[in-house]
Amino acid sequence: MAQITKKEVDVVVCGLGWAGSLMSIELAMAGLTVRALEKGPDRSYDDFAYPKPADEYAYAVRNKVMTTPAASAVTVRYTMNDTALPTRKWGAFVPGGGVGGSGLHWTGVLIRPTPTDIKLKSYVDEAYRPGILQEDMRVRDFPFSWEEIEPWFDKFERICGQSGKTGNLRGQIQEGGDPFEGPRSNPYPLPPLEDTLNNVMFAEAAKKLGYHPFPNPSAAASRAWTNPYGNQIAPCNYCGYCSKYPCLNYSKASPQTAVMDALKRMDNFSYEVNANVLKVVLHDDKKTAKGVIYIDEQGNECFQPAKIVVLSSFQLYNVHLMLLSGIGKPYDPVTEEGVVGRNYAFLSNGGATLFFKDKHFNPFVAAGPTGQMFNDISPGNFDGPGLGFLGGAKIHSSQATGTPMSAALPKGTPSWGAGWKEGLEEWYGHSMKVSITTTCMSYRDVYLDLDPTYTNEHGQPLLRITFNWKQNELKLQQYLKGIVGNIVQELNPDSASMSFLPMDADFDLTKYVSTHNVGGAIMGDDPKTSALNKYLQCWDVHNVFVPGGNAFPQNFQANPTDTIGAITLMAAQAIKDRYLNNPGPLVQV
Amino acid sequence: MVLERPTSRRKFLMGALMAIPVSALIAKGLTAAQAAEMAAPDLADYQPVFFSADEWQFILAATDRLIPAGGNGKAPGALETNVPVFIDQQLDGDFGQEIYMQGPFNPRAPATMGYQIPFYPQKIYQRGIQLVNQWCQQQMNQSFNKLTPAQQDDVLSRLQKNKVDFAALGEENMQPSHLFSQLLADTKHGYLSDPMYGGNKGMKAWIAIGFPGARASYLEWVKQHNIPYPLGPVSIQGARA
Repeated sequence: MAQITKKEVDVVVCGLGWAGSLMSIELAMAGLTVRALEKGPDRSYDDFAYPKPADEYAYAVRNKVMTTPAASAVTVRYTMNDTALPTRKWGAFVPGGGVGGSGLHWTGVLIRPTPTDIKLKSYVDEAYRPGILQEDMRVRDFPFSWEEIEPWFDKFERICGQSGKTGNLRGQIQEGGDPFEGPRSNPYPLPPLEDTLNNVMFAEAAKKLGYHPFPNPSAAASRAWTNPYGNQIAPCNYCGYCSKYPCLNYSKASPQTAVMDALKRMDNFSYEVNANVLKVVLHDDKKTAKGVIYIDEQGNECFQPAKIVVLSSFQLYNVHLMLLSGIGKPYDPVTEEGVVGRNYAFLSNGGATLFFKDKHFNPFVAAGPTGQMFNDISPGNFDGPGLGFLGGAKIHSSQATGTPMSAALPKGTPSWGAGWKEGLEEWYGHSMKVSITTTCMSYRDVYLDLDPTYTNEHGQPLLRITFNWKQNELKLQQYLKGIVGNIVQELNPDSASMSFLPMDADFDLTKYVSTHNVGGAIMGDDPKTSALNKYLQCWDVHNVFVPGGNAFPQNFQANPTDTIGAITLMAAQAIKDRYLNNPGPLVQV
Repeated sequence: MVLERPTSRRKFLMGALMAIPVSALIAKGLTAAQAAEMAAPDLADYQPVFFSADEWQFILAATDRLIPAGGNGKAPGALETNVPVFIDQQLDGDFGQEIYMQGPFNPRAPATMGYQIPFYPQKIYQRGIQLVNQWCQQQMNQSFNKLTPAQQDDVLSRLQKNKVDFAALGEENMQPSHLFSQLLADTKHGYLSDPMYGGNKGMKAWIAIGFPGARASYLEWVKQHNIPYPLGPVSIQGARA
């Protein structure tokens, strides 16, 4: 194994998904030499031209555009006293792999959190009587105001070609949009996607029950769009292959469609794939990084010197790299000292599947974000304090995919044999879902650290997740069960099956929930309780920036990608405007 | 014309069909659907590449019970759609190589912790089939494939519910349900995946349920509510049915 030292660059970007590609293009546009290292393979649009992605087996079963557990496993345990076991196969979450990362296979629901979501601790202090919430809960505010972050949501949404219905334009509530959304400086760039039958039925029922449904905000473009980087995005054709698939129609915003085409044309940008970053190398005083060590495709150990290091891998792997590199003090859940690893959160889903003999939903006619949702049951919009729990959910009927292996069958249908076959033939295309996507709070003893037993192919310890459901989240599930039940009753199907977590549920690693893992290296105002400042800059090592879902102090009911895009763009601007002129901590405490 | 004369069809099938692309068959004057079906081998002529002869007999018998032919409706069975071919060809490739396989293993971990056994799927099949046949011999003096359909269904149910004692047969690392769930999942995948993987012969499973396969363009259709979609499936290699 040769040791190779590469030519120094201004910025090395580790991971080429949304965060990495946005950082790369913004910093390259400022004239910096940017070199991106991506652990997985290259994935260009040519790889996804029709009909290649129209393949449920390859993409949804064999995880063709995901990283493999063999290369990227983590370990999981329920409590601090358990022995963790590795994710030998993916189940509850499936991180993407290669250029585009999880931004390639995402479902494309491009939605903002609410102003309450980003100031959740302030909301709790104001709305909840002391003692009503779990003592071990550790929610925090994001370290910025709505007004500060809003322009970056706006910018990212224009990069994606966001499609939807405006609900709040500069304080004016707009009919048909989400009345609970924070004020937008501009309307949605594009009109919403078309509604499928389930959307229409769900929206009508929700309205009758007094809720405020609106079309899912979508990164599958409803019309042709040219984004601020000059990339052209095509109108969605509802192909039905979105969530877990790359887009075959150049319609779903991804790092490829929205960023990489322009980025690749820049002379001061280069990237290397199958380049596995093992460690950030710090100077002796531990206050700055001098570059990263990675293993290249040929197995050589390379040192890439850089003035700025951006860790923009998936949330879990960003935290892993920080722990492996000695950046920031590791979190200790007993003393509550240390910052790297704290405030990990996942989220739960659930809902009802409704079966209608006489309705044809044509479920294969779909974009990932096809759907309607309402936000009436998210923090601050209903009486959570009176119910004794913190949190909420977006409640939606989506028709994200209609491929047959994922078809739902009514309760009582046998899982095999003649009964299964006849059930599939009778019921395929005759069901719709009403679903919840929930918040998930952070807790003192829910965290990430290095596993003492299991290692990766380079002999490094795997990242260990300590996580299980808490009473607060289970109470929320039970409350949502009632709300979804009322909607089901209103829709009056021939039959329905409900799926909600019971009060004694353990985290089930075998059933896919989402890939919305967050936290572990959170942004905040206080270096004692956060790893990063508001510009995603490490408090301890000022030339290391860590954009990603790792920065969220807890999980909200909105899908994370819009926020990851916004905080990354805000950080990139701060690097350009301030850090380059005066390298050092961007926030003084 | 070819299809009207069984002997020439037979001859046609015997000649290296796996190597002929569907487009070439279409050029010979067949409809795309006929070509798609013919491009798949007859199950009886298929030589498994992964399974041994005994294992193959088990797979044929078991998949035939998991998705039987006949019954109400028009959906075909696993054997009519070459599901065993699919499983055999998948197992012969890099199937399972994505699994993280470093020990220690805790095969008794709660089911919610997921896959925790020290076997790749290939080994689950090989060891599992051996154990099931051993158990069937002990209990009924026959290997699984020789049992009556009702007996086979009973054995499969027992496997699903872990009611066959693999530990008593010397296997501590895997449960009967590991074999059952792997086999059931792969059987359904073979039934419903694109025919280029060897199963879903002639796209008959898709036709039965009304799934249009790789058409993947519904801009005009999204506004048509509660009307059955009228067109049959297409495959990734361009066959229509």
